[in-house]
Amino acid sequence: MSEIANTIFSPETAARFDHLVTIYPLKRSALVPMLLYAQDEIGYISDVVIAEIAQRLDLLELDVRNVLSYYSMLRTKPAGKYNVQVCTNISCMLRGGYEILDHCKHKLGIGHKGTTSDGVFSLEEVECIGACCWAPAIQINYDFHDDLTTEKVDVLFQMYRDGQGKDVK
Amino acid sequence: MPSLVSHPDEVKVVSRRFGLGATDIDKYVELDGYKAVQQAIAKGPEWIITEMKASGLRGRGGAGFPTGMKWSFVPKQSEKPKYVLVNGDESEPGTCKDHVLFLHDPHAVIEGTMIAGLAIGSKLGFIYLRGEYRYLLKIVEKAVADAYAKGFLGKNIFGTGVDFDIITQTGAGAYEVGEESALMESLEGKRGVPRIKPPFPAVVGLYGGPTVINNAETIANAPHILLMGGEAYAKLGSERNGGTRLFGISGHVERPGVYELPMGYNLKRAIYEVAGGIKDGKRLKAVVPGGSSCPVMTADEIDVGLDFDQMGKAGTMLGSGGIVVLDESVSIVEFALRTIAFYQHESCGWCIPCREGTDWIKKTLTRVYNGGGNKKDVDNVQYLAENMLGRTFCPLGDAAAMPTIAFVKKFRKEFEDYIEGHKAGTPIITVEQLVGAH
Repeated sequence: MSEIANTIFSPETAARFDHLVTIYPLKRSALVPMLLYAQDEIGYISDVVIAEIAQRLDLLELDVRNVLSYYSMLRTKPAGKYNVQVCTNISCMLRGGYEILDHCKHKLGIGHKGTTSDGVFSLEEVECIGACCWAPAIQINYDFHDDLTTEKVDVLFQMYRDGQGKDVK
Repeated sequence: MPSLVSHPDEVKVVSRRFGLGATDIDKYVELDGYKAVQQAIAKGPEWIITEMKASGLRGRGGAGFPTGMKWSFVPKQSEKPKYVLVNGDESEPGTCKDHVLFLHDPHAVIEGTMIAGLAIGSKLGFIYLRGEYRYLLKIVEKAVADAYAKGFLGKNIFGTGVDFDIITQTGAGAYEVGEESALMESLEGKRGVPRIKPPFPAVVGLYGGPTVINNAETIANAPHILLMGGEAYAKLGSERNGGTRLFGISGHVERPGVYELPMGYNLKRAIYEVAGGIKDGKRLKAVVPGGSSCPVMTADEIDVGLDFDQMGKAGTMLGSGGIVVLDESVSIVEFALRTIAFYQHESCGWCIPCREGTDWIKKTLTRVYNGGGNKKDVDNVQYLAENMLGRTFCPLGDAAAMPTIAFVKKFRKEFEDYIEGHKAGTPIITVEQLVGAH
């Protein structure tokens, strides 16, 4: 049972948050993980999420916003169901990262930080995702896809459209 | 899913369980897992630190500081609790070795964390992965849960009366958090910006308590060192650079991948033999030897041993072991721009030379790249980068400046030829005007 009476999170996430605040020597340490898990469930960090997390951690909403604005994976607006992150940093760039990005833009009909009209995909050009030796690589939500070609990207998009893509959270 | 590669020249210590199913705790135990930590409990902190010092192990995150010495700096008596912090916030472009480590041998990181904890008298360790590694966190979380279930973690571990806990988490996307003091800030639920030093983390670290912070690969080496003995480990490497190292070779090579090679292994052989040479039979142009922050090497500079000292003598750094190989088709102007664009994006903004310097270098190189450059721009870029060096709280400013200086020094002619070939009639802008314009 959650400590917060009117939680906006599912019972599982609320229970996870109740546990998180107890494990650290300082309650506030749970802030970054909480924001990530909240985003996984709600889709983005809304004002209501900020208010509840602030309450759970005895912080000001301003404290939460201050941290939220620092980290590039946290967003304050909804993304697509599948957020496609294309790495174009040096190792990926050398093996065709920009071609993959251009192909994704063309295929999805959206640009950097755009979302398809059906809400299935959003697209982001991102900095190094730590898949340098398997470049070029993309991350869809938390799932890695590496050693890519434009043909493989087409197959992947179709898999996700058909509901067969992995959805690691 | 990242695939594994191998080569006969590899000396497998930290990677010896890769691909053998060691994410399963029973398999890990079968492969000598959790033996070293039990020895460590029996023989005590002084023995651990003696063996670690004898091993010659130096920090695998990039700084190369001797690990045994780092552990010995932690005060024996402390009013505040002591902590072990494992830095798995691997974000340096070109670097993906810890990715493989967490994927294939998470228990080695857990066991290493426990050993570090025993060495300094800590009861709580943290394993912090970068945000993008969420799927790896799941693997590490399961490994930690399995270790608790077996009584290897928690109260009275292995029935010895010793307590040790581990907390795992990820960040949320910030290269800067890989810097040790920024990592502590992030773990305390704040913006991940660096702290001023001193005091150093060994004395005042996480939550104000003495803290040991090590890269994940460094920590994962500890159990192997205790099992084989520090001296035996040291002998695997070169002088003052004990043991082996995970090298990620990426870019224009035939067989990119993460290979474990002895310290001091020849860089040219690593590229031409281990990684199979330059892709599609092209010619080598340049090598970024240890992650994007390391000064670039030209094709004729790479006959050098891969260890901290030899790379330093060669005017560059071993860094995080991420070797990025560039063939003749690469435009250094474009590559330098992509490199600085990363540092500009990731500068936390805390110190002015880094925040403004990376921004102006990026703006200038963008203009050059788009055909609006002039020869004065090359001097400006070098001037800006040289004025960032050593003038920031943390090494991010240096990490941006060092490769930039090397690019313009070693490939000046290419920059000038590029500018000449892409003239767009932009008037000359001096550094003074640049600064004034902001």
